[in-house]
Amino acid sequence: MNILGLSRFQFAMTTIFHFFYVPLSIGLALCVAVMETIYVFKKDEIYLKMARFWGKIFLLSFAVGVVTGIIQEFQFGMNWSNYSRFMGDIFGAPLAIEALLAFFLESVFIGAWMFTWNRFKPGIHAMFMWLTCLGSILSAIWILAANSFMQHPTGFEIDTKTGHVRLRNFWDVLGNPQLWRQFPHVLFAAVLTGAMVILGMAAFGLLHKKTQSSESDRVFYTKSVRFSAVVALIGAILSIYAGDLQTQFVVHDQPMKFAATEALYKDSGDPASWSVISLINEKDKTSHGIEVPYMLSLLTYHQTTGSVKGMNTINKELHAKYDSKFGKDMNYYVPVNVLFWSFRFMAAVGFAAALVSILALWGTRKNKNTLYKTKWLLWIIGVCTFLPFIGNTGGWLITELGRYPWLVYGMLTIADGVSPTATVPSLFFTNLVYFLLFLVIGAVMITYSRRVLYQGPDGDGKIPARKGSLISDVESEQSKLANRSVSLA
Amino acid sequence: MSVLQIIWFCVVALLFAVFLLLEGFDFGVGMATRFMAENDTERQLYLRSIGPHWDGNEVWLITAGGAMFAAFPMWYASLFSGYYIPLFLVLVALILRGVSFEFASHALTVRERSLWQWANFVGSMFAPFFLGMMLTSLIQGVPMDAQGNAWLGFFDIVNGLSVVGGIAVVYFSLLHGLHFLSLKLEKDHARHMLNASSKLYWIAYPALVAFVVLALIFTDFYRVHSITTWLITAIILASTIYGHYSAVKDDGVSAFISSGVTLVGIIAFIFNGMFPRVMVSAGGVHDLLVKDASASPLTLEIMTGVLCVLLPIVLGYIIWSYVMQRGRVSTQTLEHSPYVG
Repeated sequence: MNILGLSRFQFAMTTIFHFFYVPLSIGLALCVAVMETIYVFKKDEIYLKMARFWGKIFLLSFAVGVVTGIIQEFQFGMNWSNYSRFMGDIFGAPLAIEALLAFFLESVFIGAWMFTWNRFKPGIHAMFMWLTCLGSILSAIWILAANSFMQHPTGFEIDTKTGHVRLRNFWDVLGNPQLWRQFPHVLFAAVLTGAMVILGMAAFGLLHKKTQSSESDRVFYTKSVRFSAVVALIGAILSIYAGDLQTQFVVHDQPMKFAATEALYKDSGDPASWSVISLINEKDKTSHGIEVPYMLSLLTYHQTTGSVKGMNTINKELHAKYDSKFGKDMNYYVPVNVLFWSFRFMAAVGFAAALVSILALWGTRKNKNTLYKTKWLLWIIGVCTFLPFIGNTGGWLITELGRYPWLVYGMLTIADGVSPTATVPSLFFTNLVYFLLFLVIGAVMITYSRRVLYQGPDGDGKIPARKGSLISDVESEQSKLANRSVSLA
Repeated sequence: MSVLQIIWFCVVALLFAVFLLLEGFDFGVGMATRFMAENDTERQLYLRSIGPHWDGNEVWLITAGGAMFAAFPMWYASLFSGYYIPLFLVLVALILRGVSFEFASHALTVRERSLWQWANFVGSMFAPFFLGMMLTSLIQGVPMDAQGNAWLGFFDIVNGLSVVGGIAVVYFSLLHGLHFLSLKLEKDHARHMLNASSKLYWIAYPALVAFVVLALIFTDFYRVHSITTWLITAIILASTIYGHYSAVKDDGVSAFISSGVTLVGIIAFIFNGMFPRVMVSAGGVHDLLVKDASASPLTLEIMTGVLCVLLPIVLGYIIWSYVMQRGRVSTQTLEHSPYVG
């Protein structure tokens, strides 16, 4: 592997791992805030119990999100120093504002939320979670503003002396059309992710032996299923809708990315047909798919006519446009297989989530609540806990790999952005350590989420409930000794 | 050099200083879980005392990094890529520490919790060490090229001054943490902390002398900015002596303020000495200067506006959170106001 390959691998790995937790945290924060707010207004204790219980999963996700987030801010400078020099005038400000506006907000108020359950009125306490949630959403806006510039540069000029990008109009950077199509899609996907995880975990909760014998646990998980299924359904529909809006933009703005998600090498006919699945040969630039007539015209233009440009044509256009600046040897074809399949997985996740939510709502309907007895369905819903992560990763891969060969679209290539001082051994070392670290953190995260689930909604809170039953007597002996030594000192 | 460039150099310095002032005691508390605590309950108690705040305190580092990126992209790029391995180790330390708070609360046995407490301890010790090492290595002058890339060899990063510098930051963070604990734990614990601190302070004097001697030899600070550098040295020494005196006198508040001043003094020493450079090059040939490293005037103007609006609000609710969570924590706190429930 060379420096460029290792740097790209590292960026992909750290960002994908981070992006498991970002949408999860945003979605869970929103769900928990809504639960606590319902409790404030309806005074129904079960919503308080839900907010506390699912709040624990949120805190786990938030913790991992925070620590993997620091990597993001550091690695632009560490691994992509030439990119940072080129883009700093535009890219740095959103990051600094993100920290000032969003990170302080979420970190301070999550600290308040965690420790003050019995100190504030429920309404005020719920406000802490809303502020945390607001912080995480604001953070998404600012980082996506920075990312959108890379996809679709706006509001800049080129510094004639240095050749770097210089800010011309901050509002143009913020008003980037790419941002306001990308952000809603990411936000609703985050809502879907948080709700889906609650839904899936609640299904596992219903399957658990302890729940089968405890009426109150069953009520708790059933309520959680109904709540999260509604949120997940809303999230799924809105994120599909927002994704469609984004696609309309990408068709014209980054036609290569769009054509690759459809594996269209040659221009499509008119009307264009859509490949459900396809055998793609990236070397020979051919694809053979199972096609649905009219479908691609419908998806792209929302009408039954219209053809879509293929990658071969777009490649020629890009060469004509950029050869004078970047030379004839540029390869403008993006990784077609990855984009094609990522898109299909992502879309499938969206529709599957909607379907599963409807099934869950149907299974828990008022006059005939049979879901807790329907083990096969519970298993299906449970497995769906992991679905949104596949969808989120797919979406991210399309966005970022579809930018190839650019780091900043049409302006800076990926190869030109990497740190000149990087070395293969050091990159190899950091890649390896990150990989092992993420493996451990991911495993612990899943283990502890399961543990929270199987301790059940009543196994929370007060120390004796969490510790007493499980911790050996040595512990209480130790704390007695501790108290004694303290009083002696 | 424009006024805005100077202001932003000071802002970056200030953000690093506030970071060390606040996160310094978090690091110190993390270290104290092994150096001072005698059992699991005490360790939990220590970590509980910073539980609501450590995450917010860490954001100052992220803000400092972000501000550096926004205001001085060339500096950010050179520093972060040049110090690749030390910063990577800082990240690993911060990751270990960052997850440990949450993970420890899910442990079922003392042994399992002890694993995360160890992660916290290791992270709390190595994060300030490598940060201190990086900053004190930088000020000696590092090999740089005309493009601003820093090509650092092992001994550019690890040498006498940088090791002393790294240890100094760790050590003063530990003292700062002990003073913080003396304010946050019940009286008996508090006395124990100050007692330890008053003994530990004796190491500070030889360490400071070593630091000044090495800085005299390996940096140009005492020549280029002789008055201010000596002044800051005097402040560091005075705050050390006063901190020591306060610890002996059992005055936790004064001791805490003193160790805070010392930590801020270390950052002031470094940034004051570097100015108007942001990266000191070996031989002074390719120094990266404030005037060349900065973003465009428009970006600086926008960031100044953003800072003026947001910083007071942020400071407002941060102060509120400290005031709201004031008071000493005890084993009762652990029971009555545990993690989530």
